[in-house]
Amino acid sequence: MAVAFDEMNGPGGEIRPAYQELSRWLKETPPEALEYRRQEAELLFRRIGITFAVYGDAEAQERLIPFDVIPRIMAAREWALLEKGLKQRVRALNMFLRDIYHGRDILRANIIPDDLIFQNPVFRPEMNGQHVPHDVYVHIAGIDIVRINPEEFYVLEDNARTPSGVSYMLENREIMMRLFPDLFARHRVAPVEKYPDELLSALRSVAPLNASSEPTVALMTPGVYNSAYYEHSFLADKLGIELVEGRDLIVKNDEVFMRTTEGLKRVDVIYRRVDDDFLDPLTFRPDSALGVPGLMSAYAAGNVTLANAVGTGIADDKAVYSYMPDVVKFYLGEEPILKNVPTWRCREPKDLAYVLDNLGELVVKEVHGSGGYGMLIGPAATKATIEAFRDKLKREPEGFIAQPTLALSTCPTCVESGLAPRHVDLRPFVLTGSNHVTIVPGGLTRVALKEGSLVVNSSQGGGTKDTWILDE
Amino acid sequence: MLSRTAENLYWLARYVERAEYLARTIEATLRVTALPNTYIGKTNEWDSALLTAGVSASFYEIYEEADEHNVVEYLSFSPANPSSIKNCIENARLNSRSVRTALTSEMWDNINSAWIDLQEVWGKGTKTREELAKFLRFVQETSLRFDGSAYRTMLRNDAYWFSRLGLHLERADNTARILDVKYHVLLPEEEHVGGPLDYYQWTSILRSVSALTAYHWVYRETLKPWLIADLLILNDSLPRSLASCYGNLVRNLDQIGVAYGRQGAAQRHARGVRNRLEHSNMDDIFQHGVHEFIQEFILDNARLGEIITKQYLI
Repeated sequence: MAVAFDEMNGPGGEIRPAYQELSRWLKETPPEALEYRRQEAELLFRRIGITFAVYGDAEAQERLIPFDVIPRIMAAREWALLEKGLKQRVRALNMFLRDIYHGRDILRANIIPDDLIFQNPVFRPEMNGQHVPHDVYVHIAGIDIVRINPEEFYVLEDNARTPSGVSYMLENREIMMRLFPDLFARHRVAPVEKYPDELLSALRSVAPLNASSEPTVALMTPGVYNSAYYEHSFLADKLGIELVEGRDLIVKNDEVFMRTTEGLKRVDVIYRRVDDDFLDPLTFRPDSALGVPGLMSAYAAGNVTLANAVGTGIADDKAVYSYMPDVVKFYLGEEPILKNVPTWRCREPKDLAYVLDNLGELVVKEVHGSGGYGMLIGPAATKATIEAFRDKLKREPEGFIAQPTLALSTCPTCVESGLAPRHVDLRPFVLTGSNHVTIVPGGLTRVALKEGSLVVNSSQGGGTKDTWILDE
Repeated sequence: MLSRTAENLYWLARYVERAEYLARTIEATLRVTALPNTYIGKTNEWDSALLTAGVSASFYEIYEEADEHNVVEYLSFSPANPSSIKNCIENARLNSRSVRTALTSEMWDNINSAWIDLQEVWGKGTKTREELAKFLRFVQETSLRFDGSAYRTMLRNDAYWFSRLGLHLERADNTARILDVKYHVLLPEEEHVGGPLDYYQWTSILRSVSALTAYHWVYRETLKPWLIADLLILNDSLPRSLASCYGNLVRNLDQIGVAYGRQGAAQRHARGVRNRLEHSNMDDIFQHGVHEFIQEFILDNARLGEIITKQYLI
């Protein structure tokens, strides 16, 4: 693997322009001061209660995601390119979903094989021919971006179901402003605080036609035991909307109501952070206690909008991902601005053979996986793990894709010995409303804290950083 | 109770409330001035901060330029500014000492510790923005503790009511002053000329009266300038709105009136102002001119202060 591109220290050891001021500041600031601030930040996170749960870890039910106090900085010019590419990609994702559940032009044009859609467990036949307001399926998208050099950004994954992490983007900024007011004042950082407002206006804009002119929006959570519960409560509070669980909702005559102290109140838009499978025990998993019986029939009647729509999983399937450049060209007639990581689809015998021969150099992922669970990073894996994966791949090739191991860019990060480069990615949040696509400048930077590690997921020991887009 | 005791309690509460408001104003201004120009335009927000604190004229007698350093110094620590945060806390303690027996020990402890910290921790002012941020937090926490200890420990008698009068009168004045300086970014759509730049002005206004989250809970809407004006002027549920302050002023004056068996000019005047707020709606206020409305309110509020002083405090 080549030496990774560092976003602060350029290849010749020079400080890249966006980091000039930070680098000066770091020279003036004694390491003890930085360490002291780091501890303060941790205290703040604990006091505010910004925690997450790791499944299968009984001892640490509520954990903090490590926060790295060194910001990741991008110039306005770099961001402008990303922003354009992200908007393009999300527009295409929405058109793709509309097509898959309606005319299926893309299948007839033989761009994507039929069975990849119809045999796919996340394809929802219930959505066939179902109208969704303004044809928006993915209202909130989290697109994972990695960088390998100054010019090249790759999309690593499209998260089109219930992407999380935006509360960290917002809280990281608040904490940075509180702990480093001086460093902050020495930069011109584009604000992210408008996100809740833009999210609310996007959600209201897609209310059903028969909703009142003041539609009621609610955020639906699986409950306090969900790993992202803090985020659910945080967002509901910022938006000024009720945080509801399945048991707070009831369906009557195909309309959804919440039980309030003043009786039943109709709900028009549900920002649901509950997976498709658990939404409605009458349609999906009958054992789900998280859902609302009859929700899907209210949805089918057009009396409630779900954000994101049901069935968007087909757009964040990792095998479908591999077709995204063609998807963008097909619907928009434009060249994709953001690149895709070259992907071998193990469902295709030729690709599978290549992957099996090169397991030691590749990253292998489950097509429906998320959170960094169940993936193989060839160069970092033991022989035994590789062999175990070989067996899995042979048994169920359609469950996997493989990609080259990318040299993700690095950013200076606080570690025990001082500052050291660590690999990062970026998850910007793209909002789609009735007639516009918006992105607040920035996103969640995730950082792999272990030396050399490429896995940034919080469930796998990753941390986060504040992401600064400088205004020029 | 002694007029002097009532006066001390009244001013004690005013000073603490003012200190908190100044701290919030500085915090909100620091935040807005750190934004890139494309988000906030080229207005001098430090000048606005002086105006909302009502000390612009005296500031320019000493300084030439309203920049961060000068304004923070003047509003926070300057001995030359009678209502700097430092002077507010010192005056609050001075008032507390002279009415030591009318305060509960919790209230005294809080004000006295704040004053000790002011000498020992903050005696030399703040050198860095980090220190300043801590100082501003300290001021706000002092006010929260003071308010909470008064609420939880004081007997509900005239001592309590006079201290509440000071708090609500000062609070109404502060909210009205922000509106007075910033009213032009809060005009309704058709009269609105500011464009997207104003978004961060709006959040800054809401932040300085700690009402940003409250806004969303009340209106369940994205930020609309005329709703912000509605929230700050007419919405009774927001503790810092003019309507809420006057509801409280009327209630506390009534308690005093009942206890003393006599109503007076203060009760009548406060009721008059409250009734006007109760019977107004934003459409009328905008039609009448929001700026005129606010200026009239500021005068009315100051008049109530004078009447209370005359009726009870001297």
